[in-house]
Amino acid sequence: MAKATRAAFGEALVRLANTVPELVVLDADLAKSTMTADFMKKHPDRHFEIGIAEQNMIGIAAGLALSGKIPVAASFACFLVGRLETIRVAVAYTGANVKLAGTHAGIGIGDDGASQMGLEDVAALRALPGMTVLQPADELETNGAVEWMLRHRGPVYIRLTRQKLPEVHKPGYRFQMGVADAVYEPAKKPETHLQATVFASGGTVGEAVAAAEDLGKRGFLVRVMNAGTLHPFDADAAVRAAADSQRIVTVEDHNVTGGLGSAVCEALAERGTPVPVVRLGVREFGESGESAELYARHGISAGHIAEACLRNLG
Amino acid sequence: MTTLDPKTLAQELRGDILRMTHAAKSGHPGGSLSIADVLAVLYARFLSHRPAEPDWPDRDRLVLSKGHAAPALYSAMARTGYFPVEQLLTLRKLGSPLQGHPDRLRLPGIEASTGSLGQGLSMAIGMALAARMDRRDSHVWCLLGDGELQEGQVWEAAMSAPKFKLGNLTAIVDLNGYQIDGSVSEVMDIEPIADKFRAFRWEVCSINGHDLAQIEEALRNAKKRRELPLAILARTVKGKGVSFMEGGCEWHGKAPNSSELAQALEEVSRG
Repeated sequence: MAKATRAAFGEALVRLANTVPELVVLDADLAKSTMTADFMKKHPDRHFEIGIAEQNMIGIAAGLALSGKIPVAASFACFLVGRLETIRVAVAYTGANVKLAGTHAGIGIGDDGASQMGLEDVAALRALPGMTVLQPADELETNGAVEWMLRHRGPVYIRLTRQKLPEVHKPGYRFQMGVADAVYEPAKKPETHLQATVFASGGTVGEAVAAAEDLGKRGFLVRVMNAGTLHPFDADAAVRAAADSQRIVTVEDHNVTGGLGSAVCEALAERGTPVPVVRLGVREFGESGESAELYARHGISAGHIAEACLRNLG
Repeated sequence: MTTLDPKTLAQELRGDILRMTHAAKSGHPGGSLSIADVLAVLYARFLSHRPAEPDWPDRDRLVLSKGHAAPALYSAMARTGYFPVEQLLTLRKLGSPLQGHPDRLRLPGIEASTGSLGQGLSMAIGMALAARMDRRDSHVWCLLGDGELQEGQVWEAAMSAPKFKLGNLTAIVDLNGYQIDGSVSEVMDIEPIADKFRAFRWEVCSINGHDLAQIEEALRNAKKRRELPLAILARTVKGKGVSFMEGGCEWHGKAPNSSELAQALEEVSRG
């Protein structure tokens, strides 16, 4: 069933509250939107409402972590990354075991418009040593990512969507940090090359699967890889895909600079893998509109992905 | 371990600060010397800690939010047994745990990596919240500079500490009056500072930050049970103890040369 990853995240926190007694949650006046409100209601003694003061929230989370708690500090992605200096020193450089949850990722949030859209968060946070950056694509993956993040000792950023996302994983799927997984694999003979392998993450994974299914009906072989971990990136998966694909397409609801597309290109270039890459991503600040309208307007919809798989690269 | 007489410890701190910054050929002697007396009394009398067991869960926490005063903190740590005093002269050298500003991951006993001004009080609040959740007696001390109070995050933190009724938190503000570009009042006046903390619902106590008896009384009161966080406003002199460094901002971030060091050590040893 389609579900926003922020909703799955909020439910996971409540579910894990008893098995992770050190878990505490912090909000900056957005608990209803980050979906931590249910945790707040059920565990008022383990929830801290900091008000509209994100850098203070992040610093307090660091202090809690340095005294043995496992704090999850939640806000919109754009408001968290806006306090990059606090994240850099109080969390990453200090080595505080803080989990930052950035909801309302990308243009997918829709009508609230550009100032509420987290579009540069991945680029900024994956530049911090020791930071893990996760972006689950559906409920099942969110459950696994949240469980992993609470077990892991070290700072983590998890990027979550406001909009509902379709299930792309089958029951029995298990989240593995640092591993990109194939969510759509076309049937082919071993020696046949694919038209393309698409790397997608979060809100764009469902779009990529829709594109691959559509292309499959038209006789084109396209694989979709889900990058649930954006940092450290699964370089091996990119190199393997390049070995049997005529091109790599990346698609992200994030600025085209510094996110998934960059991570894929870095991996391929550093391994000396000669394969064309088409990067789809947001190139502007975003704007108001419906989620689907914005994906179409900013070039990251299923239709754009299909076109990128077939486009003449000459 | 050397004596824990505050006056002697303060003298040792001053000598160490001068020798360290001289050896490093850089660093911040002015704002380190201004907090030497407060740190000496804190380490000699009130900080509940175990230098041989720096991660003792029930310890007090000290967050040096004005991270550039690291030489003073390193000296206090060495003089109370965290590491050999000789190591102080590795300040700012490649590979030394004594980084230019405190680095928690490189030096056991540092509670928080600081140096980006304005962040320490928030972290101290988090530690105070955790201590209360775990029903520990740990007291959390946060040492801030006066120029640092120009950072907005300090006031976000100041607003939040009384909400959580953090009676186990004490902020000590080193009011030495100068910052890099000039006097605090000229650069961006922070006064009336006691009124500001009171308006944010803190308990406030103003002292002469070089009067050991006043410092001792203020810190003893800080550890008493109370409902609200306490701000100790310590009036100090930047560069205190060295005649040619006192007052002004010239010695904020400048190290003494060899002849300056000799004169400074002579003055400091006279006390």
